[in-house]
Parts: sequence; structure tokens; C-alpha cells
Amino acid sequence: MRFLDEYRDDRIALALLDEIRETVTRPWTMMEICGGQTHTLIRQGIDQVLPAEITLVHGPGCPVCVTPRALIDRAIAIAGHPGAIVCSFGDMLRVPGSSGDLLQARAAGGDVRVVYSPLDALEVARRNPDNTVVFFAVGFETTAPANGMAVKQAKRMGVQNFALLVAHVLVPPAIAAILTSPGNLVQGFLAPGHVCAIEGWRGYEEIASGFHVPIVVTGFEPVDLLEGIAMLVRLLEADNPVVENQYVRAVTRDGNIPARRVVNEVFEVTDRAWRGIGVLPASGLRLRESYAAHDAERIFPWTEDVGADESDACMAADVLRGRALPTSCPAFGVECTTEHPLGAPMVSAEGACAAYLLAGRTREVVEA
Amino acid sequence: MCLGVPGQVTELFEDNGVRMGVVDFGGIRRTCCFEYEPEVVEGDWVVIHVGFAISAVNEEEAARSYALLAEMGNLENVDLEQDPEGVSPEAMPT
Repeated sequence: MRFLDEYRDDRIALALLDEIRETVTRPWTMMEICGGQTHTLIRQGIDQVLPAEITLVHGPGCPVCVTPRALIDRAIAIAGHPGAIVCSFGDMLRVPGSSGDLLQARAAGGDVRVVYSPLDALEVARRNPDNTVVFFAVGFETTAPANGMAVKQAKRMGVQNFALLVAHVLVPPAIAAILTSPGNLVQGFLAPGHVCAIEGWRGYEEIASGFHVPIVVTGFEPVDLLEGIAMLVRLLEADNPVVENQYVRAVTRDGNIPARRVVNEVFEVTDRAWRGIGVLPASGLRLRESYAAHDAERIFPWTEDVGADESDACMAADVLRGRALPTSCPAFGVECTTEHPLGAPMVSAEGACAAYLLAGRTREVVEA
Repeated sequence: MCLGVPGQVTELFEDNGVRMGVVDFGGIRRTCCFEYEPEVVEGDWVVIHVGFAISAVNEEEAARSYALLAEMGNLENVDLEQDPEGVSPEAMPT
């Protein structure tokens, strides 16, 4: 298919690898933020064919993974409430809260439905006027405009039985948290292309100059990722902490202005807890006061205390910050699997640990 | 989660005051929201995320940057207009 197949051409990939080999002169550690990019890098084995000087570490860019247990517990509690319908993207259904997941809530009689788009959830609300329909609004900046439009439409059309349970997180505060965390190893970033399709990259220019790290806005196909890595290596070697854009076919510096306008109209920035990381200031979105009537947290206030947010019993926090690879964790593939995840990066197929496990990678055995 | 899939716009219309349209993903068609891409017209390529057009594919930029890549990979007879049939399962929106 056009704009996909040509970016999977192995001849271009090999030429880019040659260029990376010719450019690199010393060790560099770089991080891709987005879980979709992590998945492609690991599934294609790109990390294994890069020169030994380059270490890829993987960021917290899987919103499903970093959604706190307590919020999943709230969604489960709402699903158990008579007359409530919980709609969600499919990848949230198997993510464990502190006791069970949404799929089990459905098995127990809760009305839990998978939708492709938040507008589909709005349609469920229109067709079921006697039920309260709650859409579990998970995602980064990429997804916020879609969820914002659904609730904006609900308000405009007077669909009073439609609400959002908001779990939105933002990428730049996570990058800042990684760069300021003790023992940080990351020297350059591949910024997530679709987040930047919405937000543009002006915000990343502040990070690049403020923290003296180069950043390359990068697409999602193997050729995109290799070109992004080649560009990042060039910037690192030249000690040039600026933002460059590899994903020129889809991203502009200002992003998508109509989408940003709706996000700003519907949501406001708030502190948010990230599973495996903890609370990061100003790292998420919540509904503005003017949308309180569509805020599931206010409609079901009794769900506030239903969950617990214990920390993960593995190296998830180090993996999410790029301080360790999934294969360094003693629990990887042993106690911790995609069927029984211990930590945030294993809970969704896009998490870094799940990407490694699904690609058949095995745990590093460290000799004593 | 932030999966975005390129597709071609085949139809645009209004539904309850919202700009909507149909997008063709290599033969599979879906209705999507175009509120965030008010400028696109039928025939344009867009990136779709959870049923929303989030970006209009800049074909000029794509061709320019791809020409450099193709040259680097010593590719001959590059035909960007070709639209191979079929679509791999992982390329479809989830």
C-alpha cells in the first residue's frame, strides 16, 4: 500500500545502515518514546543490526501500559454499576487492575464494549439513552483530539448520557522526567511521529536546547526508523542539540492546529500518575469544568477509592526510564509474561517488555 | 496505540454538523472524521488514527524525501504512483 510499502524496502534499509556505520565514531544511547516504534524496532531486529556503538533504550510511550491500576479499577467498578456501559479500545481490556481486568468484568456481567473510535462510543450512547455510556479515554496527544471531539459533540447534541473516564498522558513531561532522573543514560530521542502530527515540534525545541539533547521526529516503518536513527547519530556526532523532522510526509512544525484548538477547549493540563513511574507534574489531561457533566469521575465519585496503586514487582520503572532493557530483568519471561504481566511494559503488546517477549528475545544471564 | 494508517479519501460529507468522509485503505473502506483536516479533498491521502484524519499526507514532501532514499538504496524505476493490491494485516487500523 502506498506510503507504507516503500518504507519497508530492504535495499533502502541496508543503505541507511551503511550510512549509520560510516557516521558513528563513539558510543551513543538513544531512546524512542513510542511503543509502536519499539515494536517495529524489536520485531524487525533493527536493534541487533545497528553498530555496537548504538544502544537503543525504550521509552514509556505505551499509554495502555502506563495507565494506573487505580484508574482501571475505576473503569471496572463503573462496568459493574447497573445501567452503565463501558466502551474502550480493545487493547485496554486485558490490562490488569489491582484485581482483574475489564474482560473479567464483562464475564462477570458488566456491559463492556470494544470500539474502534470514540465516535462509536458516542453512537452507543445515542442508541442507549437510558444507560450511562463511559468511554475510557486513554492515550497520548495523538488520541486526545478524537476523544475531545466525541465529548464536544455529545455536549453540542445534548447526549447527556455520554461521559469520558480520562487517562490522557503527555509526552514532553515524560521526556523531562527521564532526562532529570538519576542515572539517566539517554543522549538523544526519536520523537513519536503521530504525537507530533498533532502537537508539532515547537515544544521539543525547548527540550532540545534546555537539556542539550538532539531530537528527531520519526515515523513508524523500518525505513523511517533507520533514517531517524541516521539523522540522530549525525546530530549527536556533531554535538548539535536541535530538533529535526524525518517524518516530513505527515508532520509540520506547528502540528494540527484545529485539533490542538479542540483539545485546549475540552481538556486542561493536570498532574497524572504513570504506572511504573509515579506521579509526574503537569503530565496529563483532564476535562475542563465546562465538561463536568460528561466527566465519569464526577458522575461516579464513589469509584475514587476503589483501587490501589502498588508499585510493580520488577524492573518496570528502570525499563520505562531507559535505564535497563527488558531482557535485563530477572522476571522477564519467567514470572512475567504477556499472560501474567508483573510490570507496566508487559501489560500491552506495545509495551517494551511485551515487544521483546513477542519477538522471542530471551533473558540475559549475568554471570556472578 | 498511536497507530496511524495512511489511506486515500474517496468521499466527503457532513453528518450532524461534523465533517466526515470515507477512506480507502488498500481496498478496505471506513468512515472517518475530517473535522481536523478541513482542507483535504477527495483523492488526497491522509493519516487516520482511531477514526480521525490527523494529518494530510504531504505528497510533495514525501516524493522529495523518498527520492533521496531511493537514490541511496540504488533503486531503479521507482514509481510512486503505483498502488499495489492488498494490505497486510498489521497495516490495518486496530
